[in-house]
Amino acid sequence: MKNVLLIDFGSTYTKITAVDVDREEILGTARGVTTVETDITEGLNQALKVLFSQTGKLAFDKVLGCSSAAGGLKMVAIGLVSELTAEAAKRAALGAGAKVLGVYCGELSEYEIAEIADLKADIILLAGGTDGGNKEVILHNAQMLATLHQDVPMVVAGNKSVAPQIVKILSTEMSEVEHTENVMPKLNELNILPARETIRNVFLKRIVQAKGLDKANKMVDRMVMPTPAAVLKAAELLSKGTDSEQGLGDIMVVDIGGATTDVYSIAKGNPTNATVYMHGLPEPFAKRTVEGDLGMRYSAVALLKASGAKMIADYAKASESAVNAYIEKVEGDIDYLPQTEEEAGIEIAMGKTCTRLSAERHAGYLETYSTPCGMTQVQTGKDLTEVKVVIGTGGVIINNAEPEAILQGIEFDSANPLTLKPKNPEYLIDSQYIMASMGLLSEEYPDAALRMMKKYIIRGNQSWT
Amino acid sequence: MENSKTKIVLGVIGADCHAVGNKILNYAFTAAGCEVINLGVLVSQEEFVNAAIETNAKAILVASLYGHGEIDCRGLRDRCQEAGLGDILLYLGGNLVVGKADFTLVKKKFMDMGYDKVYAPGTLPDEVIDDLKNDLSKRGILM
Repeated sequence: MKNVLLIDFGSTYTKITAVDVDREEILGTARGVTTVETDITEGLNQALKVLFSQTGKLAFDKVLGCSSAAGGLKMVAIGLVSELTAEAAKRAALGAGAKVLGVYCGELSEYEIAEIADLKADIILLAGGTDGGNKEVILHNAQMLATLHQDVPMVVAGNKSVAPQIVKILSTEMSEVEHTENVMPKLNELNILPARETIRNVFLKRIVQAKGLDKANKMVDRMVMPTPAAVLKAAELLSKGTDSEQGLGDIMVVDIGGATTDVYSIAKGNPTNATVYMHGLPEPFAKRTVEGDLGMRYSAVALLKASGAKMIADYAKASESAVNAYIEKVEGDIDYLPQTEEEAGIEIAMGKTCTRLSAERHAGYLETYSTPCGMTQVQTGKDLTEVKVVIGTGGVIINNAEPEAILQGIEFDSANPLTLKPKNPEYLIDSQYIMASMGLLSEEYPDAALRMMKKYIIRGNQSWT
Repeated sequence: MENSKTKIVLGVIGADCHAVGNKILNYAFTAAGCEVINLGVLVSQEEFVNAAIETNAKAILVASLYGHGEIDCRGLRDRCQEAGLGDILLYLGGNLVVGKADFTLVKKKFMDMGYDKVYAPGTLPDEVIDDLKNDLSKRGILM
């Protein structure tokens, strides 16, 4: 018997999962309130007390943690052209599990520097230029960033030819400047893994302490990564499998929260139709997008603005005025839960709308050109039509009575056939909320983590292995 | 070293999917010692410009084979100027207009749009390579 404790320090709750790695079983889960302002171990102890009341006193061989507490990992991404290195930098930050506060391109102005200063990022990622390409702009931007007069940890991932100069310029003002491989070494060639890794290292070294999470160190062996990075890792493992245990192939994961909706896809996303041309930046195999205007509470009004009342009302089979009234209510009282059948229906419809819009933005799309060579289709982004497994995780989905109804928003829409969403997915629910924990566990026990996800992430009431 | 080679951006502009000549030019210019950033077919003006900015390319080589050259190619020089690439070399070639037109007139039309060189159908890569070498050396760049 080998017990491991996995901790997710969330913005509101500290969620813990105790597992027996040898038997590949969950011993218990519990949560306490996150107490990052005072002492983070208070909330953790509170959760442990709840856990032990179910399981009896347990000893742990290993304790691993991930965190999105104190605002998560807040980042600013800077590149040269908005569709190229700035986009690559943004994707690297998202893949590292960050909340991206701003993306900047071109030469930074004094106004933008003031704006960046106000954003108070935990880490700034500076990219720009392909290797051997443009040098002037990233040099200019480094010089401007040196006038921030904030000691922000910097990750430099731009044109390698000027990396030493950039590091030198930034090091005059910042105490933590790490450089890594270019996020776009050649045009249209995405290389975000080294930047992701460096961001994660800086997070461990600096941010954990800065956010008061290091107080947990006396109880936690290792604070491994930001929570979204743990979910991405778990999803990647579940998709790809290990040497000894098969994965599920292409999958998507949806996590709806009060303020944002996260979508993950683990798939190459190549065209399913051989005659289609690919266009634009290549997509990361493991891709995460975050929509800051799609959420159930803090972002409820923004959601309404993005979708219009009709979409939600149609899903809920309610009137538009009822939708407007409900959204006004939950915006004013974020702890509000649906009290009537109609409200419950609107709540599900809001979730379905979050899923739909976030999936539409995440998935690739086709454009049709009539050319002298006939009709030609061009694909930008990932073709996810053949993704067969969609997983719902996070409180909003797993605590809902009809999680599948919320996830159905991800489905391919024949009225909008150019958006390449999954055609016939099967829905699985992370009902015990273990994905982030399993991402942590996979650091040390990938096979056990994979088998436990297969066992505990289920369809309806049955395991699907 | 790979990265010290002169970089040029190559592509077929507009809704044009003629890929064969593009591959030949890519091969010829690579053999001539350039680093070719080949954007392939169906390339928009914006993509040409963005690629040249990020890679610090010295020339953009535009092909248009399907007769819509006039519509597609107009304004590329302005875009380059707008993006701070003002004097980048712009070369253009292919079947630029439909039907039998006097090439001197066609050439003038496109030169007036701001292209530095305009090539008639049937031009061989070697001629373009020589021109590029000359134009670059006038700017103090060795290809």
